[in-house]
Amino acid sequence: MGDFAAELVERVRQAAAAKTPLRIRGGGSKDFYGGPLEGEVLDTRRHAGIVAYDPTELVITARCGTQLSEIEAALAGEGQMLAFEPPRFDQAATLGGVVAAGLSGPRRVAAGSVRDFVLGVRMLDGRGEVLNFGGQVMKNVAGYDVSRLMAGAMGCLGLLLEVSLKVLPLPAAEATLRLEVPQGRALELLNGWAGRPLPISASCWQDDALTLRLSGASAAVAAACRQLGGESVADGAAFWLALREQRAAFFADDTPLWRLSLPSVAAPLDLPGAQLLEWGGALRWLKSGAAPERIRAAAAGAGGHATLFRGSEEARAEGAFQAPPPPLLALHRRLKRAFDPAGIFNPGRMFREF
Amino acid sequence: MDSGQRGLGEGHAADASDAIDVNAAIAALRRILPARGLLMGDEELRPYECDGLTAYRQMPLLVALPETEAQVVAVLRLCQEIGLPVVARGAGTGLSGGATPVRQGLVLSLAKFMRILEVDPVARTARVEPGVRNLAISEAAARFGLYYAPDPSSQIACTIGGNIAENSGGVHCLKYGLTVHNVLRLRVALIGGEVIEIGGGALDSPGFDLLALMIGSEGMLGVVLEATVKLTPKPLLAQVVMASFGDVVSAGNAVARIIAAGIIPAGLEMMDRAATAAVEAFVHAGYDLSAAAILLAESDGTPEEVAEEIAALRAVLEAAGAGDVRVSADEAERLKFWAGRKAAFPAVGRITPDYMCMDGTIPRKRVAEMLTRIEEFSEEFGLRCANVFHAGDGNLHPLIMFDANVPGETERATGFGARILELSVEMGGTITGEHGVGIEKVRQMCVQFSMRELSLFQAVKAAFDPDALLNPGKAVPTPRRCSEYRLTGTPGAH
Ligand SMILES: Cc1cc2nc3c(=O)[nH]c(=O)nc-3n(C[C@H](O)[C@H](O)[C@H](O)COP(=O)(O)OP(=O)(O)OC[C@H]3O[C@@H](n4cnc5c(N)ncnc54)[C@H](O)[C@@H]3O)c2cc1C
Repeated sequence: MGDFAAELVERVRQAAAAKTPLRIRGGGSKDFYGGPLEGEVLDTRRHAGIVAYDPTELVITARCGTQLSEIEAALAGEGQMLAFEPPRFDQAATLGGVVAAGLSGPRRVAAGSVRDFVLGVRMLDGRGEVLNFGGQVMKNVAGYDVSRLMAGAMGCLGLLLEVSLKVLPLPAAEATLRLEVPQGRALELLNGWAGRPLPISASCWQDDALTLRLSGASAAVAAACRQLGGESVADGAAFWLALREQRAAFFADDTPLWRLSLPSVAAPLDLPGAQLLEWGGALRWLKSGAAPERIRAAAAGAGGHATLFRGSEEARAEGAFQAPPPPLLALHRRLKRAFDPAGIFNPGRMFREF
Repeated sequence: MDSGQRGLGEGHAADASDAIDVNAAIAALRRILPARGLLMGDEELRPYECDGLTAYRQMPLLVALPETEAQVVAVLRLCQEIGLPVVARGAGTGLSGGATPVRQGLVLSLAKFMRILEVDPVARTARVEPGVRNLAISEAAARFGLYYAPDPSSQIACTIGGNIAENSGGVHCLKYGLTVHNVLRLRVALIGGEVIEIGGGALDSPGFDLLALMIGSEGMLGVVLEATVKLTPKPLLAQVVMASFGDVVSAGNAVARIIAAGIIPAGLEMMDRAATAAVEAFVHAGYDLSAAAILLAESDGTPEEVAEEIAALRAVLEAAGAGDVRVSADEAERLKFWAGRKAAFPAVGRITPDYMCMDGTIPRKRVAEMLTRIEEFSEEFGLRCANVFHAGDGNLHPLIMFDANVPGETERATGFGARILELSVEMGGTITGEHGVGIEKVRQMCVQFSMRELSLFQAVKAAFDPDALLNPGKAVPTPRRCSEYRLTGTPGAH
């Protein structure tokens, strides 16, 4: 563990010269996600370690290969957290993968997503140049916001060497409640509550059970519990962790798993298969063997998009993510060329076009 | 070249435009624009010669005031055809010269796009045109108990288009985020006239995060035609604590201690003695004039939550050495405490013929050190400086006072500002937290970024605007330009 940036630079430069495709890989916990895996594995795990962490600055900086669990343990030791609650899916998950995959957990609806917390990156572009964007401060508008652009880019624009993230204090109090309601009513309730100053930090609807998490000052959490009613759930923390890590029973089978990102006000979708809703209705998981075109059309019709989150390699090769319309896709291609002219990073992992 | 052009970057587009057939351009623009939609001649153009950074002035060739999306698109397409540079403009309150015209270029004013197209109280969103004023969104949402969270002090005047271009912040962004955290969707016209939609009604969209790229891009990648912003529920209660400190170091340390105590106040602002004196004379907010610095810390939420947090804040502030600690008794007093802070720039404007507002951002723990250094610079350059800042974010706004009519003072003020910005970078921070680079800080970009990083910015720009016609010479210097600056030595020198 340590600073192995020089080795990574060398590998990328050689690959760029030889036009060898590279598959950037940390712990491999998200190998299942996105398009098929292509290229020589470029393992980032040795380039690891927390570089700087000063709790009063609310910033942590760590190398890409640092395990997420190490970062979260360091933060917890100071009463702080990554407020976007990134899923690990595996103990091996690294910071680089977390940021590149751009996935956020249950608290996202209240706190924001990975990209909302990215303050700066040190990265390698496709020429093997070490570049720094953003920094360790809360606000920074010097130059285009390349560091946030890297979040969720699936490694297609560059290799993240180091990332600085904003962190937040752990809430003073949390409570979990459960109400029995059908989906339509749950959506109505969730959207209504979201328009009021309530400390709801996560929600999950499945099989007519709506589970809510409240976070904040103890007085505020207690007051909200009284206001919202329902029954209190004893082991709330375990419930939310299982949801975040997709270890809940809902996720435990081989049916293709679709991730539908929709406006929270979208009506319940009429699609075959089981559904689980998070983020106040803005994230809908669907386990369904229905035709991809049908699912994508339903998501688009509701004002959002669908991703084949877990599915067979053949199915994902057809495109895991909804491809943007032609003018946007053309812009994507031009950006890809600006960052990675030889097209070596993670080909096909995001879109088939690059 | 008159002194007003100092600092203007050239960019090849501006050179090429010398070859433009002005009469043909006017005729073509007249065909596109509504009657009175094309301004020309000294008298009509004068109001557009600068933005809030009045030290830099440049008359444009023409000003276009389109009224429909189709007109904007047609103007942009024409500009690309004939190689005419375009500078988009909202309310012109920018403080870095982002909307300063370029010579031989067109100013594209979005002032006519003032409609709030939709407020959806259930989805908690507002769909607005780019010329809508920041505060107008909150006013339209108020009857639903909602508001638009980012609140720049200029919110009565500045437009959402300008906010998006600068990624503007406000006194509440420590807790509620910057513009980038509060915009869901943009409709953008590219220079060739293509219209793209980025983001949407969902919380994310497939592909690269173009919203993040567009927000803060200073009008250099595209023209914002429409935005969907998030609305936030109004807290049931907000109260502000005002604390006086006998020295700036203790005030600076108090900020770090508040964060260390696990408190994220809704706002955390600081003003030094020079700033409070200027403000007090202007708005009579009741500030402690004997204090070397005052801190304003706001708590919001349910009444129970606020009571708990205010008690915690008071304890931390007292332990950090605050003299007087006062808590706003009611909404009127809370607004009075803030009125002073929000009026800080105009208040300083009253006591000096001119001022320049810096925008460096540094780690919180270095705030006290920075203030001490600014005092030294103030003596060195022989200019007064008042400090107002978003302490919770480490975002400083030193207001350097000068008189442009006194020969040499503008140059001294520029030199003073450059020193602060360079020190911000040295301290691990940035030259701009929320006002943008514009033309003002183009030189300091060469301090903050390497040639390779600047080349990547140029490549990003080229992916959107290959002929560099949108706001040329702003925000991102060419590597060639940086080599020249390095050769000519001190930033701020001509
Ligand atoms: C007294 C005072 C207080 C201020 N306080 C704050 C503060 O607290 N926080 C803060 O962040 N800023 C503050 N500012 C700075 C300024 O108000 C903001 O930068 C604001 O966002 C600018 O908005 P505008 O409409 O005036 O934009 P303009 O000044 O007209 O333009 C700013 C930039 O936006 C571009 N632009 C404008 N409209 C569009 C569009 N539709 N599409 C693409 N590009 C566009 C322009 O080309 C330019 O680069 C303050 C300014 C003043 C004068």
